[in-house]
Amino acid sequence: MAKAVEAAGAAKKPALDRRGLSDDQLRALLRNMLLQRQLDNRGFQLNRQGKIPFALGSEGHEAAQAGAAMAFERGKDVLVPYYRDLGLVLGIGYTPLEMLNSMFARATDRSGGRQFPNHYTNRDMGLLTISSIIAGHCPHAVGVAYAFTYRGETGRAVLCTTGDGATSEGEWHESVNFAAVHNLPIVFLVENNGFAISTPQSMQMRVKHVADRAPGYGIPGVVCNGLDPIETYATVKAALDRARTGGGPTLVEAMVYRYLSHSTDDDDRTYRDRTLVEEARRYDPVPTFERLLLDEGVIDEAAVAQLKADVLRDTNEATDTAELAPFPAAEDLYKNVYEGTHEPWL
Amino acid sequence: MATTITMPQLGETVTEGTVAQWLKNVGDTVEKYEAFVEVSTDKVNAEVPAPVSGTIVQIIAKEGETVPTGAPIAVIEEVGGAPAPSPSEQVAAGHAAPAPAPAAAPVQPAASHAGGNGKVANAPEVLRRVSPAVRRLAREHGVDLAAIRGSGTGGRITANDVLAAASEGPAAAVAATLTAAPAEPARSAPRPAAPAAVPGETLPLTQARKIIAQRMLESKQTAPHAWTMVEVDVTTLWAWRAREKDRFARDYGVPLTLLPFFIRAVVESLKAFPLMNARFTGEGILVHKQAHVGIAVALNGNLIVPVVRDADTLSIAGIAVAAGRIIERARAGKLGADDLTGGTFTVNNTGANGSIMSAPIINGGQAGIVTMEAVVKRPVVVKGDAIAIRSMMNVCLSLDHRVVDGAVASGFLVDLRKRLEAMDGSGTL
Amino acid sequence: MAVSAPTKTMNNVEAVRETLHDALVRDERTLIMGEDVGARGNVFLITKGFLEEFGPKRIIDTPLAEASIVGVAVGMAMEGLRPIAEIQFADFIYPAFNQIVGEAAKTRYRSNGDYTCPLVIRTPYGGGVRGALSHSVSIEALFYHVPGLKILAPSTPADIKGLLTAAIEDPDPVLFLEHKKTYRSVKGEVPEGYYTIPIGKADVKKQGSQLTVVSYGYNLHQALDAATRLEDEGLSVEVIDLRSIRPMDRTTILESLRKTRKLLIIHEDNKFGGIGAEISAMVVEEAFFDLDAPIRRLCGPDVPAMGYAQPLEEEFMISTDAMAQAMRDLVAF
Repeated sequence: MAKAVEAAGAAKKPALDRRGLSDDQLRALLRNMLLQRQLDNRGFQLNRQGKIPFALGSEGHEAAQAGAAMAFERGKDVLVPYYRDLGLVLGIGYTPLEMLNSMFARATDRSGGRQFPNHYTNRDMGLLTISSIIAGHCPHAVGVAYAFTYRGETGRAVLCTTGDGATSEGEWHESVNFAAVHNLPIVFLVENNGFAISTPQSMQMRVKHVADRAPGYGIPGVVCNGLDPIETYATVKAALDRARTGGGPTLVEAMVYRYLSHSTDDDDRTYRDRTLVEEARRYDPVPTFERLLLDEGVIDEAAVAQLKADVLRDTNEATDTAELAPFPAAEDLYKNVYEGTHEPWL
Repeated sequence: MATTITMPQLGETVTEGTVAQWLKNVGDTVEKYEAFVEVSTDKVNAEVPAPVSGTIVQIIAKEGETVPTGAPIAVIEEVGGAPAPSPSEQVAAGHAAPAPAPAAAPVQPAASHAGGNGKVANAPEVLRRVSPAVRRLAREHGVDLAAIRGSGTGGRITANDVLAAASEGPAAAVAATLTAAPAEPARSAPRPAAPAAVPGETLPLTQARKIIAQRMLESKQTAPHAWTMVEVDVTTLWAWRAREKDRFARDYGVPLTLLPFFIRAVVESLKAFPLMNARFTGEGILVHKQAHVGIAVALNGNLIVPVVRDADTLSIAGIAVAAGRIIERARAGKLGADDLTGGTFTVNNTGANGSIMSAPIINGGQAGIVTMEAVVKRPVVVKGDAIAIRSMMNVCLSLDHRVVDGAVASGFLVDLRKRLEAMDGSGTL
Repeated sequence: MAVSAPTKTMNNVEAVRETLHDALVRDERTLIMGEDVGARGNVFLITKGFLEEFGPKRIIDTPLAEASIVGVAVGMAMEGLRPIAEIQFADFIYPAFNQIVGEAAKTRYRSNGDYTCPLVIRTPYGGGVRGALSHSVSIEALFYHVPGLKILAPSTPADIKGLLTAAIEDPDPVLFLEHKKTYRSVKGEVPEGYYTIPIGKADVKKQGSQLTVVSYGYNLHQALDAATRLEDEGLSVEVIDLRSIRPMDRTTILESLRKTRKLLIIHEDNKFGGIGAEISAMVVEEAFFDLDAPIRRLCGPDVPAMGYAQPLEEEFMISTDAMAQAMRDLVAF
């Protein structure tokens, strides 16, 4: 069984340690997690309806991502996420409509319908464009962090996220190494859900935790419970603060669970025991956190119901709007190859 | 053993020749009598047949180079022989006339570079194909490609050749004779015909037309033309021919027309009247030893005159075969210099076009030109003052009045008539 | 460039150096990163003294890791800096292929213009310096195929200065190839002061009427030698220096071809799939009826690399004599 659920199972009913977060912020965490799950589901619904060809879910990652997003400083920090970070991008300001536009591949999508869904870009938000190449974005994150120090900008940091599989890529190693050598303001957040499509962690690395590698680069590494949004928030905030104040990089590993297959193109029944997955649902962070906030009186049932209704309404509105938007025109294929003509012969 | 090939003498007064085009390259094998180089003089281009079989081991005279008659131009290593001596040893064997400096390095296959530098193809077929630029320019300028001699590798017609032909006058056409096309070995595509005459439009002059015009004018302006004719009863000749033609065509692969009979008679009459086989020169009247009879042939609106050499040594059958073959070659564009030059007398089968009387223009430098007119069935008075229907063929003669007068001319014609009328099949073909 | 502008004589390595130096002075967003570019001043001494002058933040001695040399530079460029990444030898660029082709080339395209990648990657390429199998390759054919990249290969000092400046200022990723055999062997006059040469423009280095030769890199200089030699034989050969591999200058090539009707392409890179193939295809598509001879490509052999032994290197490299003969053959065709 995955380490996260082991840890969750072993813990007693958690007392609320809000780590400096206000009630509003706690409710915002919950809202983010609910919105993430709702949008995720909407993707699969649309896919099963035959309306979109591809969907990729992130169930199990909601707590880690909501918490990490809460630590991100909008307008200052830059996020270089990976494709399973729906909650993280929502948490820094990405809207449901932007998400649905990209699911439907409409012209209104910021990439003009070019990218796969979950390949976000939004310069205004400090959200770096990514490709599907695993760990291809990590050196970019390092470059951005370098630019901050180059310009003498303190108080800014880069949050670069990956899954556990990405940490095997050479480019991930080179990125962490480079950032360490130059003491750059960056946090490498690894959302370890124990699988890279079908490859379990035990076949991905010999170490028990990705964070165990951190001393090898000369930087601090820390493991946190990614099923707990508050703990994740605190851990990521500490790392980002260190980065913002010249303390250099940190490797943060948030232990999460991936309840679904990798994407609509994957069937995890071929490599995972369904009963184990179902058992792990007992620790599903969304109902768990909802329960916690209810129990602690941070929110009441009516407010929860309202949150869920709002989230559904926002999702529906975004879906309807996006579905009606136009596809990109065929001639749009030729734009933005270079600044200027795409023609190779002049 | 190595044989040095020297520049042949392509005419009695010729002292030098220019290598127009190598038909073989170093390393190629050549059969005895196979044409391996084309040389040109101010008169003519000629394909030179190899005197021996072997391999070309050295090319001494480059394309475009002019060397004296007898100067070495190449070395052929006969099969199984020793390597050739160096060119310096051969040249030192001493022809005094200086050879002009070569214009360019010898054109050989590109230096071998392992980097796959695609050698320029040497196959004759490839080199003789017409490039897109040449085709387009020929079309745009109304140039007849068949009349152009190519200056490119392997005789290829280059774009510049086309442009030059489009702008040059007749004087420069000496090198580009009417049939000077570097023909493919077996050409199936017919030559482009002369441009069609459209009322109201001015027809651009092709190279061939320019040359014909020049030669005709020259002939008329040089030789004072006189004319005479006889009527010939070819009834028995015709019957003889009719009896023989099918078997002949089967046996020899060429048709049997009246022409070879006629030429046979002509050469016999020329023997009897040698002044008809002569040439007016400033030093005197040159009476030819051999009879090389030219046959006027119309080809795509142009007139060419291939020559049956030593026709006086050939039988009727021999003449038929030689004439048949040479006309075939003419149509295929495969004539060489030997085929076109050295004619001493000319025959023109104007009757094939239907005429019964013609006044032909003498082929430059000859004493006369004779025509076979159409064979027409006419009522004539025969022996005993009876009227019979006979196959009658007029034979006309234009003569150079500087060389012969009426008596000789008429005597020749009458002799010719007698021989033709005597051809009844009792002799052999 | 004004005809009367004052010039300085220098070789190619000095031209690269001076251009980089001027760019760093002119634009504080510019920085240089690569292996041994700082303390060592680059293995050809191109950046000698730069570390002292501009400091370690702008002259970065990177770890030995090509993928991140380019990848980190991509991130810098996306964030608004103007990084000039160096790959020490073109033969080492392969680990960075992912970042060049999968990331840099696509940044503007995949974000539909939200992000751009104004990055320069400089690298010495080419053989003839006894560099053997891994210090001699040509790489342009691997990359020129990729939309989103620009590829330059100037080989005279004046061209280097103008085009490297243009590359540094270009808003898109540029791969800047420097033929190492020309570094010290090619000298020329370089106008002083700031100037750029438009990317995508070839240059007729020698005019002629009978044959068009297209080349670049070290071969270009050999081609000029050969063509000049052939003048004594009465041949008139036009030599075009491509300078820009992507985009490529169709206009100059076709204009020349309309005049000469014959084309010889010379490149050191392997023949199969080399850029000569693209030029040939374009010419046949656009100027079929101008061709008076088949297009000829004189190129490197289709073997992985040139060997260390001198005969092997010489066999790979195209000799000036071979070029001259190829020119003669084509003129005579």
